Amino acid sequence: MHVIVCIKQVPETSNVRMDPQTGTIVREGVESIVNPFDLHALELALRLKEQRGGRVTAISMGPRAAETAIREALSMGCDDGLLLSDRAFAGSDTWATSRVLSAAVRKLAPFDLVLAGVRATDGETGQVGPGVASLLALPLATYVSSVLELTDGFVTVERLIEEGYESLRLPLPCLLTAGKEVGFPRLPTLRGKQRARRQEVVHRGPTDIEVDAARVGLAGSPTRVTAIERPTLTRTGRIVDAARIGAGRAAAELADFLQEHHLL
Amino acid sequence: MAVWTLAEQAGGRLKRVSYELLTWGRHLADGLEASGRPAELCAIALGARLREEDLEELTERGADRVCVAESPGLDPFLVEAHAGVLEMLVRWGRPEIIIAAATTAGRTLMPYLAVRLETGLTADCTRLEIDPDTGHLVQIRPAAGGKVLATIMTADHRPQMATVRPHAAQPPPRRPAAPALGACITRVDVPDGLAESPVEWLALRAEQAAGAAVQDAERVVAGGRGLKRAEGFGVVRNLARALEAAVGASREAVDRGWIGYPHQVGLSGKTVTPRLYVAVGISGAIQHLAGMQTADVIVAVNEDADAQIFQVADLGVVGDLFEVVPALVEEVERRRAAREGDG
Ligand SMILES: Cc1cc2nc3c(=O)[nH]c(=O)nc-3n(C[C@H](O)[C@H](O)[C@H](O)COP(=O)(O)OP(=O)(O)OC[C@H]3O[C@@H](n4cnc5c(N)ncnc54)[C@H](O)[C@@H]3O)c2cc1C
Repeated sequence: MHVIVCIKQVPETSNVRMDPQTGTIVREGVESIVNPFDLHALELALRLKEQRGGRVTAISMGPRAAETAIREALSMGCDDGLLLSDRAFAGSDTWATSRVLSAAVRKLAPFDLVLAGVRATDGETGQVGPGVASLLALPLATYVSSVLELTDGFVTVERLIEEGYESLRLPLPCLLTAGKEVGFPRLPTLRGKQRARRQEVVHRGPTDIEVDAARVGLAGSPTRVTAIERPTLTRTGRIVDAARIGAGRAAAELADFLQEHHLL
Repeated sequence: MAVWTLAEQAGGRLKRVSYELLTWGRHLADGLEASGRPAELCAIALGARLREEDLEELTERGADRVCVAESPGLDPFLVEAHAGVLEMLVRWGRPEIIIAAATTAGRTLMPYLAVRLETGLTADCTRLEIDPDTGHLVQIRPAAGGKVLATIMTADHRPQMATVRPHAAQPPPRRPAAPALGACITRVDVPDGLAESPVEWLALRAEQAAGAAVQDAERVVAGGRGLKRAEGFGVVRNLARALEAAVGASREAVDRGWIGYPHQVGLSGKTVTPRLYVAVGISGAIQHLAGMQTADVIVAVNEDADAQIFQVADLGVVGDLFEVVPALVEEVERRRAAREGDG
């Protein structure tokens, strides 16, 4: 079995900082991590490999520094790593990214399963997985919470939707986007880390994967970020100081306010 | 020129978000009109057998046209079947704009369709406008973990596609007597083999998400880290009971295990648009505000006079929540008892 996992390197968002003067994101000193959802996708791939044998390839599009993300995947137990890194790819939106990743996946055929995280924590769009499936005409299941069965030629999955858990049976090869429930990501072992350090990470550009450089990257992206603004807060409400007038009177004022607005 | 909204259904009934999308769509159709580009608002409804009254309700809530495609393959939702039919409709109808809900179905279908149509898509928009000069769709969404708002345009490709969060808008008022002038319901035949998917739908294990209660509630009382510990949530629950409100929470409260994730309000939780939102011991981080800013009335209780939550509050109480909130519960119950005594 050959499983391909699409991963992305993202900034550690819990401490994204803004430059108060320019309103832009401070990139310096912000740690990069593998997108947390992608770690769950990797975990799922490795579990399937343990059950069924075969190999797992981790691929990513990003700057050269994203090689760290590939190495982390290798140290968790992936067999091969491929980094799609080129100037031509820079500034890709989700459409262009889908195009690059799908071209790379096509080159890695034959494969049985393509996995991705449900979304990346930086862009929060969740569009790349479905985009890749669409371009490769692969059957698609998003928001997968567990793989129930993997038999000859078919995979049965459960996905978490608004109404509950829905089960689907997909023919292989297909593409799944994995949520957190598929399994808690394993930590790299010491041996895994040593192996990953020695292993070669293949770098590929547009000619290698046969995509038109003009149709990827910023130039090939239909969407453009045209402005960035800091959110402005709008309401200017009334303030009641309970420390001064006491909790009882503050509560009475609150109740008056609710009554005025027909909320009591 | 046309603005399309994608209705969502389950078992033949349209979901509430299908009507909410008309609020967004009408705003855009009006914007196009104002920029000298008259536009029709068209709701697209795909399903196996859709309830007639629901389709009519779309016109009563402002759709100029409802385009219906029915086929057994379109219910339950499978992305390949829906995308197949939609791609056909788009190539025929050539809409200027398509908006859909950022639900699990919408967030699967829209990117799948967008790459087929070779056009751009912007997810989770919090505001949509029409540029008065160019007539382009101006898409605004939180970026960088909610720290900034990014404006995104799809200038050179059509249709322009965007998703918006459920509950971020109210459905337009229903005018049963006067559906949009000359509104009509058009049925489209689905050619054989188009509404098909290689994927087999097996079953649904229904599980009512606890979060639905928060999203559908008219009133929400939410607690944050200021509650100090799990038991502190009792204060919030008491107020919620007194006000007949659902219980919400900040991420800090959820991460500390004081309450389940379905209750989380904000960027990585639920978006709510209740008539009343009461924030108790919540600082008002931008990621939290992203989920509740559109509430009609916002009340905040916080001991820190400089807390950011006060900047969005209609009424802010500076004080210790453990004193103010129980006092409010008492006051509310006293007034209610008095009123019932009168009546
Ligand atoms: C990518 C990303 C996504 C996020 N998504 C979300 C999200 O969906 N929802 C969300 O809520 N957050 C989200 N966050 C986290 C957010 O940045 C804040 O950390 C969080 O909202 C803070 O929660 P809080 O207000 O409860 O806690 P704090 O910021 O610690 O505020 C606690 C408040 O309680 C007040 N207080 C303390 N004691 C008392 C008392 N006795 N009486 C009255 N007031 C008191 C304090 O003055 C303070 O203002 C996200 C962050 C990131 C980076």
